[in-house]
Amino acid sequence: MSTDAPVKSEKSEVEIGAYKYGFHDPTENYAFKSRKGLDAQIVRQISEMKKEPAWMTEFRLDSLAIFESRPMPNWGGDMSDLNFQDIFYYMKASQEQGKSWDDVPDDIRKTYDRLGIPEAEKKYLAGVKAQYESEVVYGSLQEDLAKQGVIFTDTDSALQEHPDLFREYFGTVIPPGDNKFAALNSAVWSGGSFIYVPKGVKIEFPLQAYFRINSQNMGQFERTLIIVDEGASVHYVEGCTAPTYSSDSLHSAVVEIIVKRGARCRYTTIQNWSNNVYNLVTKRAMAYGDSLMEWIDGNLGSKLTMKYPAIWLMEPGARGETLSIAFAGEGQHQDAGAKMVHCAPNTSSRIISKSISKKGGRSSYRGLVKVHKDAVNCRSNVVCDALILDPASRSDTYPYIEVEEENVAIEHEASVSKIAEEQLFYLMSRGLSEAEASAMIVTGFIEPLVKELPMEYAVELNKLIELQMEGSVG
Amino acid sequence: MSSVLKISNLHVSVGETPILRGVNMEIRQGEIHALMGPNGSGKSTLAYALAGHPNYTVTEGSIEIDGVNITEMEADARARLGMFLAFQYPVVIPGVKVADFLRHAVTNVRNPDRKEGEGLIGMREFRKEIRERMTELGMDQEFARRYLNDGFSGGEKKRMEILQLAMLQPKFAILDETDSGLDSDAVRVVSEGIAKLSGPQMGVLIITHHERLLEANPPQYTHVMLGGRIVETGDASLAHDLHANGYAEIRARHPDASADNAKAEAAAV
Ligand SMILES: Nc1ncnc2c1ncn2[C@@H]1O[C@H](COP(=O)(O)OP(=O)(O)O)[C@@H](O)[C@H]1O
Ligand SMILES: [Mg+2]
Repeated sequence: MSTDAPVKSEKSEVEIGAYKYGFHDPTENYAFKSRKGLDAQIVRQISEMKKEPAWMTEFRLDSLAIFESRPMPNWGGDMSDLNFQDIFYYMKASQEQGKSWDDVPDDIRKTYDRLGIPEAEKKYLAGVKAQYESEVVYGSLQEDLAKQGVIFTDTDSALQEHPDLFREYFGTVIPPGDNKFAALNSAVWSGGSFIYVPKGVKIEFPLQAYFRINSQNMGQFERTLIIVDEGASVHYVEGCTAPTYSSDSLHSAVVEIIVKRGARCRYTTIQNWSNNVYNLVTKRAMAYGDSLMEWIDGNLGSKLTMKYPAIWLMEPGARGETLSIAFAGEGQHQDAGAKMVHCAPNTSSRIISKSISKKGGRSSYRGLVKVHKDAVNCRSNVVCDALILDPASRSDTYPYIEVEEENVAIEHEASVSKIAEEQLFYLMSRGLSEAEASAMIVTGFIEPLVKELPMEYAVELNKLIELQMEGSVG
Repeated sequence: MSSVLKISNLHVSVGETPILRGVNMEIRQGEIHALMGPNGSGKSTLAYALAGHPNYTVTEGSIEIDGVNITEMEADARARLGMFLAFQYPVVIPGVKVADFLRHAVTNVRNPDRKEGEGLIGMREFRKEIRERMTELGMDQEFARRYLNDGFSGGEKKRMEILQLAMLQPKFAILDETDSGLDSDAVRVVSEGIAKLSGPQMGVLIITHHERLLEANPPQYTHVMLGGRIVETGDASLAHDLHANGYAEIRARHPDASADNAKAEAAAV
């Protein structure tokens, strides 16, 4: 197979009509696209395309073997529609832009307008502007960051440009054998972010990146690795929107984070996948002495999300926090939660989980708090609240607590509320329409999370909720 | 011309249970009416039915404002026509700031034809106005930034109801036991607040067991409810008489209504 000649699109028109809500780029417009399916040949080809060192090719092939040997998980959500052989595992975008703003369907443009997304960002989200999937291209890295020795690049470039640093940490937090989907990602990963923050460097503003799925049947397997060295701090923000496609799509990312002694890391995600995406993500951080790791995780959309950001508290004084919300609409299942593993004494963790289910949507909280033997004086506090907007919708809680040590304090509270009729009536009796009142109740419900977000994300999330609620009543 | 709220032969059920059994009442802008009656007689049911609570089904009769039948209208449409209920038990809405909520409410009520998504009333004028009203009611400005009724004491909740009344300036205000559960200072503040707000532009229906609220807001009419009916209507002296002597005589005069009320009271336990 030829891998060097870019395949150019002959078509000037974009096929839009076939898709109900979404739109897609002509797939001919890729410089390289692997054939559908997954086997050793494809994995080798991906590695070769990326001109990777031999150890990475081996790593990928070993991971593939693990993936193939593992059964599908029989818990969580329904993945019976997922066909691993019907997916493209790697694409490289050509330089050509296949699309202009005029090609973007009206309803999508309207949604962007109503969200008040700035022009430049709109074009990017609609796929008009560069930034194709698989290889994440970052704009100009802030100069002062570079001066301080901060590395912020895509993961593929990091492997090329910082091979030693990369190899020291890659796959150490989440080894390929961790679970079937971590193995899959390890075999076919592409793109994602690589961040290294040197000792004592505190980055004041959030680092941001966007991902999106860009092609029918395109799997997205980004791989993120963040190393926060001693006493350093960083806030990384990742946001996703995806147009809708006609067949199922798989997103299976791996995020590994190392937070060294006295360091802080906050990782914020807002994901809004289209309704056909399987979003199966493994996220884990190792937090060392007196460090703080925080996951802030918002999941809207997707067909099925299974995501349980984990924090391993490795040394005394480490703290972990996870704040997550899930919004499950029609045909959606959000199986989300958190894991806290206390491996050392005097560590503390907190999980706050909020879920909203409407129009038959289903949300589950699945969480684990584990305390190893001799990890004395640990504290953990878990709060999960579920809001159910109508009788067709559903919410479940699966809290797992494994404690091998007696001298610990673990609290767990769970509450489920129906969108209280009384709340709705109270607000409506003040002149708010049913949609406005529901949106206000939902917005209030997730306020504890939203106020932790950077301003633009908070505004966007609230508007998305409003849009979601408009269609949900009456 | 002053507006009229007209309640005719109103029958209301909750689920299958009939509660109001033919209530008639006419309230004009500028009038104060007192509604009294023992527990379980249906006072709050009338209040909810007027405000448009979806669980309170009107099975017969009608509610009209200036000849417009509002019986089938949703609560928000009624609010936009000038109906207001100060709740006996105000509802907690976590995460929703008082100021954000009230700015929406005020916008909708003052601009009833507003399309969804159209702008809210100006932030600056709204802030100024809410600040003034809060000062008048002796409320800390900090309340505007708190979550609606979340962690409020009983008295603070009732004051919040009066603040909403002040901001929304309805044509018809129903006050459901706004004075109950308050200490006497709070009763005074609330009574004076209502006295300041009511006037020729507002018709008020005060549901109460106490006399303080009525002293500050003397009613032209007093209605007594028993077993889901208005069994007697008089002037301010009737309210005074009931406070002094209780409902024994009323019950004796209306044995059928009294029997219905006894059933409701038993069911409510
Ligand atoms: N939501 C409800 N569900 C069931 N019963 C109700 C409900 N609201 C009122 N009732 C019943 O209706 C009767 C009148 O209640 P209410 O209107 O609250 O009386 P009041 O306010 O005069 O004390 C009582 O028997 C009460 O139990
Ligand atoms: Mg009552």
